[in-house]
Amino acid sequence: MRGLRSAVLALAAAAGLSGSALAAGEAPVPPNQDWPFEGIFGTFDRASMQRGFQVYKEVCSGCHGMNLLAYRNLTDLGFSEDEVTAIAAQYRVTDGPDDTGEMFERPGRPSDIFVDPFANEQAARAANNGALPPDLSVITKARGGGPDYIYGILTGYEEPPPGVELMAGMHYNEYFPGHQIAMPNLLSPGLVQYADGTEATVQQMSWDVVQFLTWAAEPHMEERKEMGVQVILFLIVFTGLMYAVKRKLWADVH
Amino acid sequence: MASGLAKSDFKNPVIRWVDQRLPVFTMVYKEYAEYPAPKNFNYFWNFGALAMIVLMVMIATGIVLSMHYQPNTALAFESVNGDIMRDVNYGWLLRFIHANGASMFFLVVYIHIFRGLYYGSYKYPRELLWMLGVVILLLMMATAFMGYVLPWGQMSFWAATVITNLFSAIPVVGEGIVTWLWGGFSVDNPTLNRFYSLHYLLPFAIVGVVFLHVAALHITGSNNPLGIEPKGPQDTIPFHPYYTIKDTFGLGVFLILWSVFVFFAPDYLGHADNYIPANPLVTPPHIVPEWYFLPFYAILRAVPDKLLGVVLLFGSVLILFVVPWLDTSKVRSTRFRPIYKWFFWLFIVSVLVLGWCGSQAAEGLPLLLSQVFTLYYFGFFLVIMPLVGKFERPRPLPRSISEPVLQRGGGPMPAGATAKPMEKA
Repeated sequence: MRGLRSAVLALAAAAGLSGSALAAGEAPVPPNQDWPFEGIFGTFDRASMQRGFQVYKEVCSGCHGMNLLAYRNLTDLGFSEDEVTAIAAQYRVTDGPDDTGEMFERPGRPSDIFVDPFANEQAARAANNGALPPDLSVITKARGGGPDYIYGILTGYEEPPPGVELMAGMHYNEYFPGHQIAMPNLLSPGLVQYADGTEATVQQMSWDVVQFLTWAAEPHMEERKEMGVQVILFLIVFTGLMYAVKRKLWADVH
Repeated sequence: MASGLAKSDFKNPVIRWVDQRLPVFTMVYKEYAEYPAPKNFNYFWNFGALAMIVLMVMIATGIVLSMHYQPNTALAFESVNGDIMRDVNYGWLLRFIHANGASMFFLVVYIHIFRGLYYGSYKYPRELLWMLGVVILLLMMATAFMGYVLPWGQMSFWAATVITNLFSAIPVVGEGIVTWLWGGFSVDNPTLNRFYSLHYLLPFAIVGVVFLHVAALHITGSNNPLGIEPKGPQDTIPFHPYYTIKDTFGLGVFLILWSVFVFFAPDYLGHADNYIPANPLVTPPHIVPEWYFLPFYAILRAVPDKLLGVVLLFGSVLILFVVPWLDTSKVRSTRFRPIYKWFFWLFIVSVLVLGWCGSQAAEGLPLLLSQVFTLYYFGFFLVIMPLVGKFERPRPLPRSISEPVLQRGGGPMPAGATAKPMEKA
């Protein structure tokens, strides 16, 4: 749909018909990034995903939940089972009721769903100036521009141009529709300390966290593409054979 | 028919025993092996078989998906995007096959309908065959719409809201009907529940009508690109192996296309907003249906009056029922209709333009184009089809199917390729 729409927009613009759709104050399309997971042989960069998880854990997860993920899923990033157990144990999970009917808190286990930062929507809104930070489980699929859009937002904070009046508690972002976004610019150089020594620039952290979020949105993506190559190769051979058989069978019909 | 047994030509004793008591083997042999088909089909004649296969794949994948899906507003989104996409073995594969399969189904069926329209397959004596096809189309549309609601994303919810609200345009009883459809005062859990139930039911209704569609086809026999009836056995070949192999080759090509979507662009035909959980308090900036509904959506929005829009929307599909009587030409194939040909292609263009308009906001140029081409859409059926058939002078028809086929060169018919004369039950 995105390809279609941009093609149509390009057509309309070329024909000098840049009408309402373009004039409606929509944000510019975020630049296309060269992600390693794109293309038919695309795979995730494990090191980048681990760093991205660190960014999520230390920065994003203060406001954004990921309630479709469990800590056990993190083994996909290249963490060992022990490491995942240790990560899960850093969280407090409400469980119960116990034998006396009371709810209790315990350390997280790998089988637990990512702990939400807020108890409910109201609490989330109260803590965020009325805005609701969206769940990030499938965020790269849930926005038209996909990973490029998320990267664009994370790196798109700017001083508002002269004459633009920001509403209270809003921030100017180049790529957000309408440019006024409730999420503040939290990323600053060196905000996280990467264990592998990678320099934590805003671009690097954004790149890594988008890599992590793209994996989270579809953990089976690599398997899907790998199977796709096999399936299509098989089908090409199969179809070619069927065509040969068809030709032979039909040779005398015409 | 001795001693009340059916006659069977099968040699295998077990098959023969069953066949004499319930002649399913003889029936399948007659209808799918012996069935004398015109020998001049082009590749447009692959699409009926393809549609049948997509239907079976949809039912097979759908049954497994339904084992893991939760038809509850609090759980539906999570069961699809969490359980099925992440934890169910190959759930992601089943879901992408099923979701893209809906698009593939419409693609194949639209080409099948195009074939029928271009080659006049709806004309005497195949009117009922055509009408059963329109029933299948209507059932498919209902099934696809309700299936799209099940993941309970933003587009699911708002598509359900928009489409069910169409019924509120009906004077007097409209509002009551909408409440009845919803099972409440808005699209909510009861709506999702009944959509799930019907989404499971209707495909089996489609199977039933497909059976009738094929049964009716095998009474009249197939049309062909020349639109003239076979004059005798020299014009036909047995369905098997000639068309079974041709359909298998076509199936291979089609599965490659389907696989490209499933494995490399699984979300391309969908909408990003449907990865946002349904929220009755937030309306998406643009509510757009899936691509296969876009032309009809454009027709709906082409007129400012809601009731008229709804009437045109339903009319644009229902009008297909009477096409056999709107087209007054005795000549089936558009190949031999020099004037109608141009109107026909303009009709195809109008459907494509309407599709584009449906994807745009209903204002400015898209709105103007929707109005122009909606007018043409109905004008084509209601004015052009009846009139052109009366005034047009068709080009001369070939005397038989074999004549032009043989003119293209090639040897004489092989002995096995000649079907026995039609035996009609």
